[in-house]
Amino acid sequence: MLRRLHKDQPDSFAFTPANAEWAKGQIAKYPEGREASAIIPLLWRAQEQEGWLTRPAIEHIAEMLGLAYIRALEVATFYFMFQLTPTGSIAHVQVCGTTSCMICGAEDLIAVCKEKIAAKPFTPGWDDKFTWEEVECLGACANAPMAQIGKDYYEDLTAARFAEILEELAAGKVPTPGPQNGRYASEPLGGLTSLKEWEADKMAHNASVALAVENEDTVSRITGE
Amino acid sequence: MSDLRKMIIDGAEIEVDPALTILQACEEAGVEIPRFCYHERLSIAGNCRMCLVEVVGGPPKPAASCAMQVRDLRGGPNGEPPEVKTKSPMVKKAREGVMEFLLINHPLDCPICDQGGECDLQDQAMAYGVDFSRFREEKRAAVDPDLGPLVGTKMTRCISCTRCVRFTTEVGGVSEMGQTGRGEDSEITSYLGQMLTSELQGNVIDLCPVGALTSKPYAFTARPWELKKTESIDVMDALGSSIRIDTRGREVMRILPRNHDGVNEEWISDKTRFIWDGLKRQRLDKPYIRVDGKLKPATWAQAFAAVAGAVKGKKIAAVAGDLAPTEAMFALKELVTGLGGTVECRTDGAKLPEGNRAAYVGTATIEEIDSAQMILLVGTNPRKEAPVLNARIRKAWLAGAEIGLVGQAVDLTYEYAHAGTTPADLKALADKGVSDETKEKNTLVIVGQAALAREDGAAILAEAQRMAEVSGSKLLVLHTAASRVGAMDLGFTTEGGITAALDGAEVVWNLGADEGDIPAGPFVIYQGSHGDRGAHRADVILPAATYTEETGIFVNTEGRPQMALRANFPPGDAKENWAIIRAASAELGAQLPYDNINALRAAMFEAVPHLAEIDTVPENTGDMLPSGALGEQAFGQAIADFYFTNPIARASQVMAECSKLAQEHNMPVAAE
Repeated sequence: MLRRLHKDQPDSFAFTPANAEWAKGQIAKYPEGREASAIIPLLWRAQEQEGWLTRPAIEHIAEMLGLAYIRALEVATFYFMFQLTPTGSIAHVQVCGTTSCMICGAEDLIAVCKEKIAAKPFTPGWDDKFTWEEVECLGACANAPMAQIGKDYYEDLTAARFAEILEELAAGKVPTPGPQNGRYASEPLGGLTSLKEWEADKMAHNASVALAVENEDTVSRITGE
Repeated sequence: MSDLRKMIIDGAEIEVDPALTILQACEEAGVEIPRFCYHERLSIAGNCRMCLVEVVGGPPKPAASCAMQVRDLRGGPNGEPPEVKTKSPMVKKAREGVMEFLLINHPLDCPICDQGGECDLQDQAMAYGVDFSRFREEKRAAVDPDLGPLVGTKMTRCISCTRCVRFTTEVGGVSEMGQTGRGEDSEITSYLGQMLTSELQGNVIDLCPVGALTSKPYAFTARPWELKKTESIDVMDALGSSIRIDTRGREVMRILPRNHDGVNEEWISDKTRFIWDGLKRQRLDKPYIRVDGKLKPATWAQAFAAVAGAVKGKKIAAVAGDLAPTEAMFALKELVTGLGGTVECRTDGAKLPEGNRAAYVGTATIEEIDSAQMILLVGTNPRKEAPVLNARIRKAWLAGAEIGLVGQAVDLTYEYAHAGTTPADLKALADKGVSDETKEKNTLVIVGQAALAREDGAAILAEAQRMAEVSGSKLLVLHTAASRVGAMDLGFTTEGGITAALDGAEVVWNLGADEGDIPAGPFVIYQGSHGDRGAHRADVILPAATYTEETGIFVNTEGRPQMALRANFPPGDAKENWAIIRAASAELGAQLPYDNINALRAAMFEAVPHLAEIDTVPENTGDMLPSGALGEQAFGQAIADFYFTNPIARASQVMAECSKLAQEHNMPVAAE
């Protein structure tokens, strides 16, 4: 995929005080003269703050680290996790389209995205609340098909449930992430076949789902406010 | 050396330094390894995979020989030396595979590609590739970035070796190129359409193993096999870079660098490389005589008659310009001093002491920059005065050398400690001295012409010598004129410099000096190649050859005599410089006793023996200069515009374009 900076760019970028403090801490992790090593965490935090990676942000971070702009641009364009186009105000939806998910129905999920959000990926839709893209394997093949929305995985999806989740998010609610077909985690569909002695006193949700439920949040970014 | 390591390459045992890579070891063994991304003077990238070899006993896959050191090889179980195969079936298959991958996206446009005939990919595809392609899909499309007026781009041909990125970053010192994106969509580009600003950017054209980066001015003009190659010496700066002049018929088509470890390694500056269109413009191709205030074309006989008429019984002075070969200056000096006149080469007023080679050349060689641990620059901006030398200083800096600068703070592409801008700051440094520990180190003091071409130049040079003395450093005087050291060697000087030489002169013989004005009054004979400043002031113009059109000895800034060879012929009636002077001498009744260049050289070598030692730097001796009163004025810049330092450059359209871009680039933005 050809990755270029977006045609419309904001005029400036600055880390919020909290994020700037955090960035300083990241840079301090590396010895003097090796500050450039902090580039990925800093670019990531800038994306968290703004929702996407802007040209002023890339240049600002290059200056923070004493790098030539082109060096920062190389990193930003290399990694697909850096969004170079504006993302939805609520969330950026990443639908896994690799083999297992594709066989299990990822194409239906993508059809939902096309219908509800926008016909093309990386295009804000649904009142600019969402953007979507098809990504390579997110490593949840046992729970295919799946999508990552914000920070969490929504697994064992059907097109209908996926559409519902998007509706809930659009309405400001917090859907429960994790397997959507009643599974606890990535155990066999027919129930546990081993390690059964631990099944009785398990918690209500697996750990990552529990965190989202406890925080009542799955999509907020680290805006540093 | 005792720590050599035995290894077997293709069945033959060889002992090599364990720090070498397998590729280098193979080169020592005389085995050729194909490569694209590897380059001796750049960092190792290991991304083209063309240099794959089989390491016996290693992992069962080919290894990239450019990125693996000999010391990392393991020997056999019974103490056998490690073995590398470069001709095994595995290697052959690996090379064919890599070549197939490289050719997937490489267009088959060799017939319209300027690299055709000297293309690494072409040659290596013939030698190591297969004769068919299994690729049936469409090839990649790519956007060609505009890198400026010198480097043309055709990025579909790019094989992503990243040599250009590494060169501009490491040697050029400007991080302007990079590889963005990934996989099939990776692009070699500059930052968002910026143009390159390096004075060495032309070298990426040579480095590019394919035709992705090509020479814009040379585009579609010639094929390498129809060019006549002449190995010569450059005169654009005082470094005297080794160059190869490619000519077709009478025309210089392009200029390329030659390797010379002691001078330019294998780089040349853009001015050296792209000057050739200036050789064809504004040329003086016939003699002119000023009649009623206007220059009128004339024949050589008329011009010589005019010269003889003007010179007869008058006080004559001769000045030599920046591009004059030693032979012409020697002949002119013989002629003019024979007529009782004065000669002078220091047209910019540089206070270079006559006869003291340790002071006007220095004691250091350019190669010593590599091993220097500390370098002090005085009144010089090497980036503009000698970009290739600046790249060498940068190399020393990358290796850990500390650089200091007394002079105008400019961007030198490396960090330096700025120790002030005035001669007093230099004196303070010399007074302070250095610690014994520092004195032990290899240190250098480099003095530029901005420090010497001023009233207190001699005192500053003395101060620099004292600085070198107290710090145990060697001194290098960085000249800006290619002819200067040769002229100083010949004694083409007059006590008191240019004003004393011209004082009371009724006739001035101007041998290609275009950088200064000759005061109104005297009759001026201009002998030169281009219709530039000197020609406008002339009363008689004697058209002469340029450096590509005659053979001549030039002495570079470290005092190394080098011989430039003739690559083509001067246009029209223009003649070689020494021959004009010889012919004129007969007309003036003071015939010089040599009829050919060899006889002239024999006489010159007798007068100045070290000029005969071509390509050797003699040991320079001389007394310390007496110290004098230092002025308070800060050091300026020796060169106002890098692209316009001589008449050939001023005649070049390419240089004009570069100069315009450089000025725009340096223009402060409103917010600054």
